[in-house]
Amino acid sequence: MNIEREYDIIVIGAGPGGSGAALAAAKKGMKVLLLEKRQEIGAPKRCAEGLSMSAMGRMGIERDDLWIRREIIGATIYAPNGEHIRVDYKDGPEGYILERKVFDKCLAEKAAGSGAKVLAKAEVTRLLKEDGKVCGVEVEFEGEKKEIKAKVVIAADGVESKIAREAGLDTTLKLVDIASGAQFEMTNVDIDPDRIEMYFGNDIAPGGYVWIFPKGENIANIGIGVRKPYAKEKAIDYLKRFIESRPGLKKGSIIEVNSGGVPVGGLMENMVTDNLIVVGDAAHQVNPIHGGGMGEAWVGGRIAGKMAAEAIKANDLSKKFLGKYNKLWWEKRGNKLQKLVKLREVMESLSDEDLNWLVDYLKGEDLIEFARSSGFSRFAKILMKKPKLIKLARKLL
Amino acid sequence: MIETDKKKCLRCSACVGVCPQSALTLREHGIECDGEKCNNCRICLNFCPVGAIRMVEK
Repeated sequence: MNIEREYDIIVIGAGPGGSGAALAAAKKGMKVLLLEKRQEIGAPKRCAEGLSMSAMGRMGIERDDLWIRREIIGATIYAPNGEHIRVDYKDGPEGYILERKVFDKCLAEKAAGSGAKVLAKAEVTRLLKEDGKVCGVEVEFEGEKKEIKAKVVIAADGVESKIAREAGLDTTLKLVDIASGAQFEMTNVDIDPDRIEMYFGNDIAPGGYVWIFPKGENIANIGIGVRKPYAKEKAIDYLKRFIESRPGLKKGSIIEVNSGGVPVGGLMENMVTDNLIVVGDAAHQVNPIHGGGMGEAWVGGRIAGKMAAEAIKANDLSKKFLGKYNKLWWEKRGNKLQKLVKLREVMESLSDEDLNWLVDYLKGEDLIEFARSSGFSRFAKILMKKPKLIKLARKLL
Repeated sequence: MIETDKKKCLRCSACVGVCPQSALTLREHGIECDGEKCNNCRICLNFCPVGAIRMVEK
């Protein structure tokens, strides 16, 4: 492989965050190397594969039948007692369930098409430093270690976030800000093929929820995210119990097993240091309510790639200059996501009885309008109808 | 320090992300624990979605 000894920008990790960064930087005329430690970009997935239309809109990409498995027209949300509410969007699909391993490769292809060099099964073993500043990476490829220089390194290395920590940024998450996730992709199951389903409850999925994301008529990603200190058992045990209790799922076959940690908080004020930017899961750029991160990572990556290119053109790779990325990301996504962290904190304080009451109450609401209304004042007002939730609801105002 | 049960581990790296000591690394053969850094806090063991982690003597 003709890997050169020096690049303008090295991006570590070829998920949506890394590909977004590589694409944006390459488009600015930068010489970019995008490295993926796994042998296949996009696999194994650590994801339920749902992408909403709004997230796709923010990403600025067109739909492609190559990676779309199913169009989704709505969502059904289940209370602990089994009662549910349904939100159906009348004007076209609300989102898609993807095939991640195809989607991620297509994103990497976009980066390569813009001029970035992409290399799979190339693991970064450490950062290179000069006078304490990052100046490249050591990469292991085909059993050989090579040193490659770069002006800026973009760390898109996922939830493990080893690179940022090596550069001195503390990206360790508090346990309350990361969900423990497990998932089976199952076939021959009885599901609603047109809607996602979400099941809430402190016995079903403490601090999180169970999802069923359909990929076809009788195939779905069935998964769970749970959190400490609420969860007392392993994520996979809660998930198995959920499936066992439902004959329509229990009879199915498992065709893939997944697990992973999902950041749902701990947004970072500072995601840069001299010569280095962190994006995606590694920077906790995830929606803290539902745990979706593809769109967030891509957007974060695009901003980082652009900013890295600007820094190189200005010949200023300092933390201060790269720090414009912090400002831009917080304006574009951070402030919004921070509000959702607050909503998450309120949601996780609700007892099963509260959740049952809430779902029952919402049955009488126009849910499409409710879901689209910005701000939480309407939601807070509903919670305030229950005297013991008034104090909690005030947190949203 | 910790050890992973290779028959259970899905190599998802969730443990690497939650380790406050940066003691864990995902390798080809599974999770590697740096005994010098690990302080036996058990956070990874409690977090592992599939229960693949156990404590072992250094």
